[in-house]
Amino acid sequence: MSISRGAMVVLALAAALSGGAAIADSEFTTDVPQLGAPVAADVVNELDYVVLPDGSGLPDGSGTATNGAEVYATHCLACHGEKGQDGINDRLAGGHGSIGAEVPVKTVGSYWPYATTVFDYVRRAMPYQAPGSLTADEVYSLTAYLLFINNIVDENERLDARSLPAVKMPNRDNFVWAWEPSAD
Amino acid sequence: MTSQDRPQAAAANGLLDRRWFLKAGAVGGAALLTATASAKSRETWSSVPGVGMGESGDPSSFEAHVKRLHVGSRPGTTGAGSSRTPLQHLDGIITPSRLHFERHHSGIPAIDPDQHQLVIHGLVERPLAFTLDALARYPMVSRIQFLECSGNSGAMVAPEPVQGTASSLHGLVSASEWGGVPLGLLLEEAGVKPGAKWLIADGADAAMMSRSVPLEKIMDDAIVALYQNGERLRPSNGYPMRLFLPGWEGNMCVKWLRTIKVTAEPAMTKDETSKYSDLRDDGVAELFSFPMGVKSIITSPSPGLELGEQGVYQVSGLAWSGSGRIRRVEVSADGGSTWADAALDEHVLPKCLTRFRIPWRWEGGKATLVSRATDDTGAVQPTREAVLEGRASNSFYHYNGLQAWRVAETGELNNVYI
Repeated sequence: MSISRGAMVVLALAAALSGGAAIADSEFTTDVPQLGAPVAADVVNELDYVVLPDGSGLPDGSGTATNGAEVYATHCLACHGEKGQDGINDRLAGGHGSIGAEVPVKTVGSYWPYATTVFDYVRRAMPYQAPGSLTADEVYSLTAYLLFINNIVDENERLDARSLPAVKMPNRDNFVWAWEPSAD
Repeated sequence: MTSQDRPQAAAANGLLDRRWFLKAGAVGGAALLTATASAKSRETWSSVPGVGMGESGDPSSFEAHVKRLHVGSRPGTTGAGSSRTPLQHLDGIITPSRLHFERHHSGIPAIDPDQHQLVIHGLVERPLAFTLDALARYPMVSRIQFLECSGNSGAMVAPEPVQGTASSLHGLVSASEWGGVPLGLLLEEAGVKPGAKWLIADGADAAMMSRSVPLEKIMDDAIVALYQNGERLRPSNGYPMRLFLPGWEGNMCVKWLRTIKVTAEPAMTKDETSKYSDLRDDGVAELFSFPMGVKSIITSPSPGLELGEQGVYQVSGLAWSGSGRIRRVEVSADGGSTWADAALDEHVLPKCLTRFRIPWRWEGGKATLVSRATDDTGAVQPTREAVLEGRASNSFYHYNGLQAWRVAETGELNNVYI
């Protein structure tokens, strides 16, 4: 890819970006080699694990806590304990009402502000010994189970890409941002 | 020593003028050398040829104690945990790569660089993939800067002082020369769309560790780091590429960088919400405490490095700030009642460890050594009490309070609260 094409791209981008607050002076990029290879949309979809609080990034599929209890027993119980408590690793349930108390107990139910984070994290990183081994339905089911044992959803409530982001976590409104993007 | 050689007192309990070492030389050290020097004309190691050259250098076998302090994983999570830099055994500002602290969430992936790419997607005109070979052709920058885990020094929130070394208490900070490609160049090549304000960086480790980063920081000074202290990144520091955000909490500097998704909003990942948030005592938690606060610790003397005979010692330590350069470091030998300015080593770099030194005459009594840093924004390192004011009882991230070491008459040092 030639320098001249790169320079043209940068000029075009500088115009497109001029409305963005975050964009620094683009002049020095005119000599950049422009070696990024185009990536097809289906490849991006394969690589993309990001789930946003508005639900974008959530895959097709669904699950309930009833199904999730089985997944939990098979893949999670050994480390996280019965119903997400008293395990050898992070406590997942309980602690409700403790966050402003003398000894806060942070769990998925007591502390986490977004239900989408549960899906995002489980799909990325769990189970610890075999991340990526669960199907989308299993991750939805497990997410539903973790919310169920925290009294946030009903046992048979079906969670999917539409209903999961609509779940409001109990501690949702108790977060502020220490850093704010500057205004446009 | 004649009276005119006698150093000026700079603060109570033995602190001397910071320039005295330079004027007078290491008087105590010279005496010590004389006492222990051998009378042999030729030592055994000078009597035969030494071993030959090697492809990679190791430290002296006599320095085998200078190693990272490994903090073990919990059962079932081998590879998740941390190891800490042995700060009390190091000098200068650059951490040897082999001793850089580690914090991993699912171990160190064994990445074949020929099969690894960085893919930039999301709110961009053109999703792009960059190989390591491609990135190596971009304009690079290298800067000497610190990296600190925001959980560093977390033990200091304990109600009673935890006894440990500078490493066990504060060893989740290191400094390196980080070299790489400004990430802003790559984003501009991909074409950031209007409305984009954040990116989500994912690692290629088994946890696919991910963090949201404001685009403002990316365009300011973020790099995709390929080099650490002149060589390609160590696997434990993200080989073959990691995000490096100067001065910001270590967890955001995603290792083994695999994808970057440009977004309008943060992803609220597990680490940025449930872990590295700062819970207050009113039940409200602060997200996105990004720059690491101004901080310093005395590394020598420090617990585990007992003082020997009475005399002049060099008090030395590290100061740093995620917001800029260190402007000043003061040291007290009486628990903060009186302070003297320490000398700063030549390299006072922005968002980097700065080495400070001050001579101190220990006359065998009790003392409490403390350091206090000020950065070039005017921010002064706070007391422990000030850091904990308004915090939840077990909220331990982003701790930058003063560190005091109590010196006993035996020469032993301990962690104390002042």
